[in-house]
Amino acid sequence: MSDNEAQQPAILAGLIAVIRRDLLLAWKRPGDVLNPLFFFAMVCTLFPLAVGPGATQLMFIGPGVLWVAALLATLLSLNSLFMSDYEDGSLEQLLVSPQPLPVLVLGKTIAHWLCSGVPLVLVSPLLAATYRMPTDVIGVMMLTLTLGTVCLSLLGSIGAALTVGLNRGTALLSLLILPLAMPVLLLGANTVSLAADNEMYSTGIWALGAYAVAALSLSPYATAAALRISNE
Amino acid sequence: MLLRGQNGSGKTSLMRAIAGLLSLESGEILWGGEPVLQQRQLFHGSLVWLAHSSGLKADLTLVENLEFERALRPQSAHEPEHVFERLGIERLKGLPVRFLSAGQQRRVAFARMLLADVSLWLLDEPFTNLDQDGRELVIELTEEHLASGGLCVMSAHQDVDIAATIKTVSL
Repeated sequence: MSDNEAQQPAILAGLIAVIRRDLLLAWKRPGDVLNPLFFFAMVCTLFPLAVGPGATQLMFIGPGVLWVAALLATLLSLNSLFMSDYEDGSLEQLLVSPQPLPVLVLGKTIAHWLCSGVPLVLVSPLLAATYRMPTDVIGVMMLTLTLGTVCLSLLGSIGAALTVGLNRGTALLSLLILPLAMPVLLLGANTVSLAADNEMYSTGIWALGAYAVAALSLSPYATAAALRISNE
Repeated sequence: MLLRGQNGSGKTSLMRAIAGLLSLESGEILWGGEPVLQQRQLFHGSLVWLAHSSGLKADLTLVENLEFERALRPQSAHEPEHVFERLGIERLKGLPVRFLSAGQQRRVAFARMLLADVSLWLLDEPFTNLDQDGRELVIELTEEHLASGGLCVMSAHQDVDIAATIKTVSL
């Protein structure tokens, strides 16, 4: 047996391998990725039908509806973040891997964001058009949604890790995450509303960015600790 | 070391505790004289854990599963092809793991173990789902691992006929 320390694979290799594996799995099971996206699209398109085609009304509710739908769609996708790994035993294999667990967890969260957050951001301009949103406001909305979904994926990973061992943990997961997600929703929706009213909106974007950076630096550690606890 | 005991006697719990998956109420697990909790990464780089569940992704092929593993653990000098052949799984390389039988999945889990360059094998009921040939192969592989200076902690509820000196602990 040789000395292991010298041949340990690099940390970055572990991070990339987790992202690659999860993206490959998402590619092979596209339903998991498409379900939250359909939910998002359905909620956003049903609202104008129910509320009526009045342009002022639609422009008024647009940012709020898009943001609430994005939040709920992300919550919907979070439940499966660690569930399949828990069920097939690969989560245990990650826990006994020599790679730092927060890095592996960050890899899983990045893959989750690429599969849930990025598609939401990409389809949002189409949906925003049904709310008569002007092009420059759509740009602001996409930017806030990008930062917001990063925050939600990172925060959500903590909740998903805490509830992974529980049967039907979805309700509990939402209860855990919603209080933390409220600032994201308020900042996101209000920033878009301010932009629509031609007022200064950059503060909201900076605040969302700061929230995303804080979540990025803290949540992998919290998620790793939560996974160790719920896997005992 | 062989852990023997009836169902529910705590074999798996003990092995999970050794692997660092279960915290202890009292006592300490040492590796190289140091508590494992203080050197978790180094310790985990020296072990493989073969649990009840295979830890393989059902939608990925055998090769894709093992490639992922390569990024996590130090790899041995064994040729993957040679290991597949020895375990009798070379024909299954391109198939998603979901199409493999329970015994074949077990063999893939052994391939992962052989391809990792580690000194401690933690095998929880390694003979489950294996046919007679598979059982003999596992014993042979364990003997080789022990002969090359490796360590093995194995749990079983029946006798295991390993030629090397083993210590049996009954729970």
